[in-house]
Parts: sequence; C-alpha cells; structure tokens
Amino acid sequence: MPEMELSERAEEILAALWVRREERNDTSQPIGEIEGEAGGEAVSELVEEGLIEEKSGRISLTEEGEREAAAVVRRERLAERLLVDVINLGESAATEAACKFEHLLRRGIDDQICTLLGHPKFCPHGSSIPPGECCRAGALELGKVVSALSDLAPGQGGVVAYIHGRQPEMLQRMLAMGVVPGTPITLLQKFPSYVFRIGQGQLAVDQDTARDVYVRLTRGPSGTPAPSSWFPRSLWRRGRGRARRGR
Amino acid sequence: MTVRPRELVRGLWGRICGHGCEGCRLVSPAESRRLTLFGSPNVGKSVIFNQLTGVYTVISNYPGTTVEVARGQARIGEMLLEVVDSPGAYSLTPFSEEERVARDLLLDEPADLVLHVMDAKNLRRSLPLTLQLIEAGVPVALDVNIIDEATRAGFRVDTETLSTDLGVRVVATAAASGVGMDKLRTLLTEEAPRPAHSLVDYPKPIESAISGITARLRGDYGFARRAVALLLLQREQGMWDRVRRTDAEAVGELEQIVRETEAKNNQPLAFPISVARQQAAARITNRVLRSESRRIRPSFSELLGRLTIHPLAGIPVLAAVLYFGLYLFVGRVGAGVVVDFLEQSVFESYVNPAATGFVERLLPSPTWSSLFVGEYGLITLGLRYALAIVLPLVGAFFLMFAVLEDSGYLPRLALLIDRLFKRIGLSGRAVIPIVLGFGCDTMATLVTRVLETRRERLIATFLLALAIPCSAQLGVILGLLSGHPVGLAIWGGVVLAVFFLSGLLAARLLPGEAARFYLEIPPIRWPSLRNVVTKTLARLRWYTAEVIPLFLLASVVIWIGEMTRLFQLALAALRPAVNLIGLPDSAAEAFLFGFFRRDYGAARIFDVANSPDAISGVPLVVAMVTITLFVPCVAQFLVMVRERGWRTGAGVAAVILPFALGVGFVLNLVLTNLGVQI
Repeated sequence: MPEMELSERAEEILAALWVRREERNDTSQPIGEIEGEAGGEAVSELVEEGLIEEKSGRISLTEEGEREAAAVVRRERLAERLLVDVINLGESAATEAACKFEHLLRRGIDDQICTLLGHPKFCPHGSSIPPGECCRAGALELGKVVSALSDLAPGQGGVVAYIHGRQPEMLQRMLAMGVVPGTPITLLQKFPSYVFRIGQGQLAVDQDTARDVYVRLTRGPSGTPAPSSWFPRSLWRRGRGRARRGR
Repeated sequence: MTVRPRELVRGLWGRICGHGCEGCRLVSPAESRRLTLFGSPNVGKSVIFNQLTGVYTVISNYPGTTVEVARGQARIGEMLLEVVDSPGAYSLTPFSEEERVARDLLLDEPADLVLHVMDAKNLRRSLPLTLQLIEAGVPVALDVNIIDEATRAGFRVDTETLSTDLGVRVVATAAASGVGMDKLRTLLTEEAPRPAHSLVDYPKPIESAISGITARLRGDYGFARRAVALLLLQREQGMWDRVRRTDAEAVGELEQIVRETEAKNNQPLAFPISVARQQAAARITNRVLRSESRRIRPSFSELLGRLTIHPLAGIPVLAAVLYFGLYLFVGRVGAGVVVDFLEQSVFESYVNPAATGFVERLLPSPTWSSLFVGEYGLITLGLRYALAIVLPLVGAFFLMFAVLEDSGYLPRLALLIDRLFKRIGLSGRAVIPIVLGFGCDTMATLVTRVLETRRERLIATFLLALAIPCSAQLGVILGLLSGHPVGLAIWGGVVLAVFFLSGLLAARLLPGEAARFYLEIPPIRWPSLRNVVTKTLARLRWYTAEVIPLFLLASVVIWIGEMTRLFQLALAALRPAVNLIGLPDSAAEAFLFGFFRRDYGAARIFDVANSPDAISGVPLVVAMVTITLFVPCVAQFLVMVRERGWRTGAGVAAVILPFALGVGFVLNLVLTNLGVQI
C-alpha cells in the first residue's frame, strides 16, 4: 500500500463518509455539503488518490477509500480511548483533543496503541472501533496499560478502567456490585470461571462478561497476596493450561 | 363426609401456589416499632436477626414470590420490635427477584428504622447503598459488621467520622461473636431521624432532570421524591409502574424528561448515576478507613474457600460433598435408618394395625373402610408414604441443602459448573434450582424464577421434569440399588447422559443465547445451626402443606379408580408398555402411581421388589431409569403449568412420556443382549 499523506480536511471527509454509512446506512454524500475552498481541494485530492469517486453530484468511498476511512475512524476512536482511559481526560475534552490527535497517529502506531489499550471494541461514546490487524491477530505484547479482564493472568490486577456495555442490564448489574471505574481489581483465577477480587469481595463471572470489563494495569505487586502463593505452582499452571485449551 | 370438590381443588391450588401461609404474622404492625435489616448478601444480616429475635421466627414467602422473608420479635428493655430480615440487595434498583422483594419491603412496609448492615471490609463497595437509603429519606442507621475480620486484615474504621459525614448513626459489630451487640441494641431503642439530605452530587443534566421530575410528582411513594426521580431516570420498571398508578397524568411529561436526559448521554443513565455515587462513597471511605497493608496468613476458611473453587482440587471437594451429603446422609441415614424405623417399627407394627382395627370396627362396610385402611387407604398408604418414606428423605435433603447454602458452598458450585452448564443453555446460577431438584422437583420448578431469561427457565424446568430424581425417588433408588454397584453405575450413567444430551438438544433448539453469569462468592463460613434449622423447617412446612393434601387426594383418586374399575382399565392399558421394557405386570402400578406422586412410583417399586414376584437385576435397573425419567408428579405438573403456561406444561409431559419408555426399552434391549449381570 502506498504511503499516503492526506490533509486533515481530507481525512475528515473520509471519516464523515464512513460514519454516515455506519449510522444512516447511506453510502454517498451530496458534494454540496462539503464547504469552503479547503473542502473542494480536499475532495479533488481524494479523487486523485482514488479514495472516493464522484457520481452525479454525490461522493462515495471506493474500495481503497473504504479501508483508508476505516483506518481514520479507528485512529480517532482509539485516540479518544487513550485520552479518556490513560490520560484521564473528560469525555467532551477528549473528543476535541482526539480529532487533532488522530492526525498524528501514523499507520503502525495505531496498532501499538490498540494493543496498549487491550484492543478496545468501543470508543468512550459507545461507537464501535473498526478492528485492525493487531485485533485479528490478538496480539498480547507486554507493556500494555489497559487490558480486558479476560486477558489478565491470575494474580494480575489494577483498577477498573471501564465496562463496555452491550447489554445495559449487565452494565448496571456490574456497577451495582461494585465493579465501577476506579475500583481496585485483581484476577484470581480463570478456570472454570473468572474469579476476581474487587475491593475485599470476590465475584465470579463468565468469559463474555470478563471480556467486557477493562482494567487499567498497575505495575508491581498489587498489595494483595496472589492466590497462587500457597498452591503448588505446577497445579496452577495445569489449571491455566486447561483454561487456554478450553477456549 | 362431605367433600366439595371445587373448594378442595381451590384450597389445594392455594397451597401449591404458596399462599397458604399469607398473613400469619406474629405481631400486628400497629403495636410495635418495625426494624428492617437491609444490605447486600453475606454481610451477616441473618446472624444479627437471630441475635436480636427470640425463638419465634416466621419464615414465609413474600406474597407472589418464592423469596423467603424472615420475621421475628425482639424485646429490648421495655420495647418490642418487629424485626424483618430482608433478602440481600446491592442497590435500590432491583435486578433479581430478591432485590425486588427487598426494595418493595422498604416501600410497602415502612419501617421505623432501616439498619443497613455491611461487611466492614467492603466499606467502599457498600456505602453507595447507604447513600441511596439516605437519599430515599428512610430512617437509616448503619451497622459496620464483621469488624473483627476487618481488624485482622489491617483495616480500621473511624465510625465517628463516618457518622458525622453521613449524618446517620453508626455502630460497629462482630455479630457472630456478639461484639458490639449491646451498643446496637441501645441504638435500636432510640428514635431515628429521617434524613433529609443528599450526599451525592450528580452531573448537571441529571440534577436538572431530578428537579424537573420531583416538581411533577404529587403522590406519596414511601421514598423521597429525589430517590424516586433517580429510579425513574434509570428506567426502573417497578417504580415506573408505581408512578403510572399514582401520578398517571404526569407520566407523559416524565417520559419526556427522561428521554431528553438520555439523549444527552450516550450511555444508560445508570452509568453516570452509579459513578457519582461511587465517587461520593470513595471520598467518604478515604476519610474514615485506615489500612495498613498487612500480609496475613490466610485463615483456614480462606484456604478451604480457595480449595473449593480450584479447577482441580474443586472436583474431589465436590465429590466429597456429594458422597457424604447426598449418598451417606440422604441415601443411607435418611432412606435407610430413618425410613426403616418409621416404616417397620412405627407404621407396620403400631399405626397400621391400630388404624385398621379402629376403622373396621367403625365402618363395617369394606367399600368404605378401604378408603382409609385398604391397600390404597388414606392412612395405610397415603399417610404412611407421606410420613414414613417421603418426609424423612426430603427432610434429610433440605437439611443438607441448608448446610450447603449457609456455608457459602453453593455459589462456588455455581462458578465451577458455569462453563459446563453454558453448553446446555443454562448458567451457573441454575445449580441452585437443579440441586434443589434433588430434594423436591416441585419446589425447584418454582425456584427457577431466580434464573434471568425465559429460555433458561424453560430449559431448567424441562430438565428438572425429565432427569432430576427428587429425594424421595433417590432415596428409594439408592436403597434398592445399594447392593448392586454395577446397577447403580448404569442407572447414574444413563440418567446423567440423558440430562446432558437432552440439555444440549434443548439449547440447540431454543432460540437465544445462554444467560450471562455473575455471582458474588462469599467466604466459606461455618454454618449457623439456627439458620440451618429455621430454613429446613420453613421448607419442610411448605412441603408438608403441599404434600399431605396431595397424598390424601391421590389416595382418594386411586380409591375412586379402584371402586369404579377405571383404575384397572388404566393399568391394563399400561401393562403392555411395561412388559415391553421387560418389567412384570405389577410394575404398571408403580408407573400409574408415579404420576400421582413421583415418589409413589419409586415407593411402589420398593414394594414390588420386596413382593413375591420380586424384580431384580436388569429389570430393576430398567425400572429405576424409566421411573426417574417418567412423567413428573401431579404437583410438579401443576406448578409447571402455572409457571410456564398450559402449552409448555403439556408439551413437556408429552415429550417425556414416550421418551422415558423409549429409553427404558432401548436400555432393556442393550443390557439383555449384552448379557449384563447385575
């Protein structure tokens, strides 16, 4: 794929087309809606690169444009996640900053950030993040800061970063049981169910639920004794091995 | 004897429906102050309840539910308190039936004091509920319980600052060892002020929605309007229903406000609301909780707790629980020792001869006397089965179940089994009704209400009807097969296989996905004798109220059948089917009786096995398997129909009848052709 350097405005147009399709299932946009001289320039830039095509006064994404647009949206939403989860910026402030930030995320870096954030599926506003290569490969490099609870190792912990609520009931349930952003959490075991310590209590959840709870990792010992400390190590490892095979 | 059939049926129906004990309260609310214990599960509410109240405890189902609510009386000095132990609840927004009952108790039976009991170690997680109670304007006081464990873990709670910050009275207790109970008693006698403040600041859009809603509410809800508004914003259906009844004209405008507020948020409003409460709770916790990170040696109960949920070590623990609890205690002690004693030493030697002599003198006509003391007589058969065979078995099971429940083992079993249960369309939560089914399938069918989706309730109901033998059956089966290990293994293997295979099939056929699983895992605790006894007695009382009338009714039905020869016709129709699976004619009775009560069926086999044309070996195993799978008893059938509807009830029965006979037929064929010796 050729390395493209698109202008900010051009990227915005691509993202707008992509979101339009996602939200309204509308694949084209009247060209008249794109305002200003910069807008006109950006459109011709995109047509030149073969990313959009113009037909009877409406523009739509080409196949390559589709890929490029998804990448832009992905970078933007990942940037939001990064700013909210790691930098602790408020959601509205994060949206503005993310727009600027997104243009700085080059291809390649977005996968690293995505891995760092534990391959989030949704942006803080609840829109889905287009998956990248790294999500498909399920990359689990070291050094990530946010991870799904299901990807932690027993004994590992941090504080709850967010819960992504595909099921509002589930979200409310978890909140009521004390799984709330900012609460310390430690995974105790993964098989046959996920058991974790939240505050001083213990909860058990299934794999789907464990995938929905994201944890901002803390470095170093979590302060609470690891559950493996008195079991023979070999037994734990076997248990974990089974957990992996079971998936 | 004049029996009005319609009234009899209605009365029985009422008993089955669980309305039999409604309104049996010890104290009328007007005479005394009411104290409601409130809090999340496993914080020691029941222990405090037991410490406060005397011997008179009434555990009854909350009207229209299967949730048990314990009520008792406490005398402190001159004061008489009516104490209500509400089911565990994490918040005032209910998700489960328990939480709904707990919340409705607060609304419908206003208390003079609501004592929020919490685990001192979980202060931060529990305070949001205190904040909600304060918000709701109920007269609340706080009991920071299990303070001894918190101290051992290195926590110190500054109860004075906590009390000032919250504006409510706070007491620290370790109820199990009686620490702080005197202070608690003093607190209970004092007048509790209704709090009129809120300690939580919600985001602006929510605050303005709250003022918009409170301005439009006119009625009295038992909660402060601010709390009502917050529940409406979270779309809590129960509260919306109440508002529709009380403030019907405002509903349109309220809907509008909630919709507009939702439009400003991308997430359900419960999220910002919970987060605001959590932040307030965290702020207070930071002021009052001191902790020195202390690496303490895990206590024995913690080690045991970890062992029970360990993927490998958990299995032998489960096996031990099954062996000692189910096999030795229910099977050997319950079915063996106690049943033998009651059957032979009490009924055969004393009750039956005495009753027969008495009735025959009173009613010389053999037609009438056979209603009471004949082969199928009310006393000689109905009462004997009920008191001598079934009650000890069910009682033994309920006792064991209460021990497991009180020790905190059941949630652990749920987490161990969740993965496996997902395959058959259930979640780990379903172990509670399934395990209870080994006691009484009828009660377990009612308890499937704890399951969250309709699909899960349906699958559980079906599996309970098909493959879970109740304790009465189980006792008889274990008793009959205990001398034949191979037979027992075949029976267990076939029933287990049917359970999982039909579960797999049901999960495939029914649309929808397996319910999510999440459960709090309480620490393993030594079960309290009092809790165990009161729970067992409450369940036995329910069972007796439901069983005895049905036993008697079944005896009457069989007697009528005998007299009118209808029974013989039905038996004649069943005999070929029974012969087809290799059983003698007399087994047909067991199957027919089996419908009137499932345990009757097994008990008849018991009689058949001890009769001259005794069956043993392969036919015995085939009979046991078939009777286990066979149509559920009348009571279970009725509850199934009531809970799941006519179509489902009839459908389940229609599937099971040919299926059970089919399995019996195939099993007989296989075992006979293989020449298996049992």
